[in-house]
Amino acid sequence: MTETRIRPEALLPTAEVELSDAKGEARQVSLRGTLTFAGAADIWSRIRTGTATLKEGDEIDFDVSQAGAIDGGTMALLVHLRGELAARGVRAEFTGAAEPIQALIHLYKGDIDATKRKKRKAESLLAHVGRATVQFFEEVQGVLGFFGSAVLAAFGLLREPRTGNWKAILPTMERSGADAVPIVVLINFLVGFVMGFQGATQLKQFGANLYVADLVGLSVTRELGPLMTAIILCGRSGAAFAAELGSMCVSEEIDALRTMGFGPIRYLVLPRMVALMLVLPLLTLLGDLMGMLGGLVVGISSLGLTFGGYLFETQKAVSMWDVFSGLIKSVVFAMAISLISCQQGFATTGGAEGVGRRTTASVVSILFALIILDAGFTMFFHAFNL
Amino acid sequence: MPPFIRVSNLTMGWGDVILQRNLTFQVDRGDVFAILGGSGCGKSTLLRYLIGLETPLSGEIVIDGLGRPNLEVGRPPFGVMFQSGALFGSLTVGENIGLSLEQWTPLSHDAIGAIVRAKLRLVGLDGAENKLPSELSGGMKKRAAIARALALEPPLVFLDEPSAGLDPVSAVELDELILTLNQVLGLTVVLVTHELPSIFKIARRCIMLDKQTKSILAEGDPCDLRDNSAEPRVREFFNRLAKRA
Ligand SMILES: Nc1ncnc2c1ncn2[C@@H]1O[C@H](COP(=O)(O)OP(=O)(O)O)[C@@H](O)[C@H]1O
Ligand SMILES: [Mg+2]
Repeated sequence: MTETRIRPEALLPTAEVELSDAKGEARQVSLRGTLTFAGAADIWSRIRTGTATLKEGDEIDFDVSQAGAIDGGTMALLVHLRGELAARGVRAEFTGAAEPIQALIHLYKGDIDATKRKKRKAESLLAHVGRATVQFFEEVQGVLGFFGSAVLAAFGLLREPRTGNWKAILPTMERSGADAVPIVVLINFLVGFVMGFQGATQLKQFGANLYVADLVGLSVTRELGPLMTAIILCGRSGAAFAAELGSMCVSEEIDALRTMGFGPIRYLVLPRMVALMLVLPLLTLLGDLMGMLGGLVVGISSLGLTFGGYLFETQKAVSMWDVFSGLIKSVVFAMAISLISCQQGFATTGGAEGVGRRTTASVVSILFALIILDAGFTMFFHAFNL
Repeated sequence: MPPFIRVSNLTMGWGDVILQRNLTFQVDRGDVFAILGGSGCGKSTLLRYLIGLETPLSGEIVIDGLGRPNLEVGRPPFGVMFQSGALFGSLTVGENIGLSLEQWTPLSHDAIGAIVRAKLRLVGLDGAENKLPSELSGGMKKRAAIARALALEPPLVFLDEPSAGLDPVSAVELDELILTLNQVLGLTVVLVTHELPSIFKIARRCIMLDKQTKSILAEGDPCDLRDNSAEPRVREFFNRLAKRA
């Protein structure tokens, strides 16, 4: 058997909290041994629970005269605890510190006056709602202001077409348009399919099977095709634009561009806007076709319609204007997507995290704007019997 | 001859925060002018005001007798190297440098390529033309950014800590380059720097910003300030840096 060696008491890392009664003076936290970060969790909880009963006006000493050594992490925690106590009106001071520990205390600012800090009051619900509302209108104002600048930049560009960043348009169209084709095809097909299916179960009851073509054709061309495709583009290109411009913003690239005499709106925003305004109607057209194809598949497979019959009915129900009005919408949607995403990108501050925040914000704002615009269009077309 | 840059009573800040108050100084044509001061005292921000990226709370900035640079119209008469380099991440180094040549000169593609290569050689980055900025080290990015700032042969450049992060040899080479451009082409240089050797070697005049008093602590020839300044903090600044350097 080996003899258990008893380590000197001074080396056991402990923190003992001695709280004597009200008239006693020996209120102190005795810190002993080599205090390292590894044992800090224990010290932390001991001091916290030990001092929980102290009241405003009390005083307590952090006695470090027995401490062999303290590492930086532990010191940071001790200083933090001291600050916490001070916030409750309890005065705590380090005492008995040897030279090296005193230097450490100074380094972590444990020797400055930790005056009672005022706790910030939590914001009331009403104030929170109020602030959020004001923020919302500021965002709207920001987008409208940005729209104004974009229009001005566009006029400037018309005066000097040579200064345009024309060669950025095609690659942007490719990224936003061509690469989005598969998902546009899939989603619109499924939307048409599901709508056909839901409609079919209803229409079957009245023996009006054939009208599924009208239902799908009209809702896809007028509403769902443009809206769904715009939502897809919002998730793809809207988010991408906000992130691209946002990271350019935080890395001072936009500022550099400006000092080189390139207007960032002219150089970065207009090409993206033009590209989306060209690409979204095309994608919408594709989406319309795919939606109707989805309806056709339902019609043939579960309603017993013929290919020719479905097509003929669609042709009868869906006019050129139905398709065209959807395309008009899509152009406006494209403008909204590019404007909001670029505006959010330009408003980015605060490093990589800021870029993430703005990207999320831009997608949410765009979705909101799309729904509002769509409702506006529907009411407008309805009011004028279009 | 009127000064190239004249700043009078410039106050910088945002909202209720004031960063520096009532700055007044001027930079003469052909000067190498250094902006000194501790971290966070507003040196980079002062450059942003000088190049027209920020609007002064009060005071006046006149560059080349024309007032505050208006970045919305045309091309400003200076080149800028930002502290971070701010190279365009989606373009190659060569394209970064060629961008303003393409926009603002009628030069052909070949000619632009030749100028780009010459500028890269100037800053010691031969052959980095087709690299993307993300493939460069911090010091290389800075040098590429200097090449970009010099692309259009501006009469004035603003350099934010050009030699920070460079190895000692490249730093000395860069100092020599700046000095040569200044002497041979008469290029006016306004730079922010911490490198004491380069301050003494190339800067003919300097201002030192102070964070506490939010004002200019000293102004003049750096060597002169080091030896004769009445302000102890100025001598301390030079000597403290000197000890490390
Ligand atoms: N747009 C801004 N809004 C608020 N504070 C800013 C802004 N830009 C810079 N600052 C602050 O101004 C101070 C000076 O920054 P800077 O000029 O970069 O210092 P330096 O002298 O090290 O170059 C910093 O504390 C920085 O956080
Ligand atoms: Mg700086």
